[in-house]
Amino acid sequence: MSLATDTLKVDRPPPPARGWSRQRILGHVLVGLWIALGIGVVVYLVTAWNPEFFQKYAPGYISGLGITLLLVAISIVLGAILSVPIAYARMSNNPILSGFAYAYVYFFRGTPLLAQTFLVYYGVGSFRPELEMVGLWGFFREAFNCAIFAFSLNTAAYQAEILRGAIESVPRGQWEGAASLGLHKLQTMWKIILPQALIVALRPYGNEIILMIKGSAIVAIITVYDLMGITRLTYARTFDFQSYIWAAIIYLVIVETLRHGVEWIERRITIHLHR
Amino acid sequence: MQSALTLLSWGPEGWLDDIAAGVFVTVCLALATLPFGLTLGFFVALAKQSEEPSLRLAGNIYTTIFRGIPELLTLFLIFFGIPLILQYIVRLVSPGTSADVNSFVAGMIALCFIFSSYSSEVFLSAFRAIPKGQYEGGYSIGLSSGQTMRLIVLPQLIRIALPGLANLWLILLKDTALVSAVGLNEILRQSGVAARVTKHAFLFYGFAGLIYLLLAIVSSFGINAIERAVGGSEVKR
Repeated sequence: MSLATDTLKVDRPPPPARGWSRQRILGHVLVGLWIALGIGVVVYLVTAWNPEFFQKYAPGYISGLGITLLLVAISIVLGAILSVPIAYARMSNNPILSGFAYAYVYFFRGTPLLAQTFLVYYGVGSFRPELEMVGLWGFFREAFNCAIFAFSLNTAAYQAEILRGAIESVPRGQWEGAASLGLHKLQTMWKIILPQALIVALRPYGNEIILMIKGSAIVAIITVYDLMGITRLTYARTFDFQSYIWAAIIYLVIVETLRHGVEWIERRITIHLHR
Repeated sequence: MQSALTLLSWGPEGWLDDIAAGVFVTVCLALATLPFGLTLGFFVALAKQSEEPSLRLAGNIYTTIFRGIPELLTLFLIFFGIPLILQYIVRLVSPGTSADVNSFVAGMIALCFIFSSYSSEVFLSAFRAIPKGQYEGGYSIGLSSGQTMRLIVLPQLIRIALPGLANLWLILLKDTALVSAVGLNEILRQSGVAARVTKHAFLFYGFAGLIYLLLAIVSSFGINAIERAVGGSEVKR
């Protein structure tokens, strides 16, 4: 018996050496730097702790956060509605229709969101007589409405591409199979194509929402007091740098929550695809 | 009432020369950011695909932070934060002097962080597309790990990562518009000045949008040329 265990011991491969390789040292140093940075931020926030600052500006931050979320929610929903006809036009065989949709998508994806927002917010003044005639001037006088208008048009272009990509990712055989069962196009779309397409589209949609939340910070430049706007206002009044750090923490928490939420949903709805 | 053509002409009456100066600044900023962003992104990707857990953690923290904070906020954090830190250091050395960061450098640093956090993801997925046998083949003919990386992995990596990086370049071009918020005289700010002076906001902001489109079109031509040059040596299977 003892002989057998001895040979077994001899046959075993040597334990992998886990010394302090260069990589490991570098990794620990870098993690150490991040920890130091994190501690530095915490220490800074503790030493800069100012009850007055909080009492005065914390409610502003909360209302700013509300405005950011409201702006993103409205724009995403309006963009989703608007993206359906654009995606349809983009996929149609009519060259005029698809060309128009292509130009729309190309313009809104090829220019900065900030330029689009400025175009709406400042440029709309050039059409004041016309807008007053149709009674829309009151709507466009508000910076918040201009932001919603610009953001909806922008995200519609991105969402149209997501939708198109997802629908085109479903193989042709699915259409043909549904047709052979006698389903008409709308039924096929609703019952066969979309359920499969939306699984593909979930992650890009999640990314688009995250991009919108991050992109919405630019409305601060056109005087909307969203989270970023409140932050700038607070900094302008107090010259206290912690105002920016708090905003960064809030944005980081929102984005990370969303990202993990999307990942969780994706794991749930693709359970039947994993074997 | 001046016509749109006069307003967009070159010279003292028109604004084209001012806007062209803005285009120059925008392109300079994007081009100056690109090499730093690519290099940093490559090393972050290298850390994220390493077998050492602590390196992976450090890389992931980097991407999480710079992808989670809005670009504009990153820019402000750097534009207002770095002078604070610099001033603190400068005061230690010689009291009484002050330090400042100009908007071009602040924009470059912020865009570099943002670009590298995104490009590290592109590089990471490209790393995953390269089979392990390529490394093993490299080691088996006696190349060191650095040589394997440079001579065998990197040429393939660039080809795989190129479409993703091209996309990021277009995003970088658009993100330069944010630096106008801290006072850099690039396209959007120059157009804004023109718009305020002439009261033709729609014309000038629309023109700025068209310039960004033009830059995107020009870049896509360049990208196609690079793709052809890099893809030409691909092994036919």
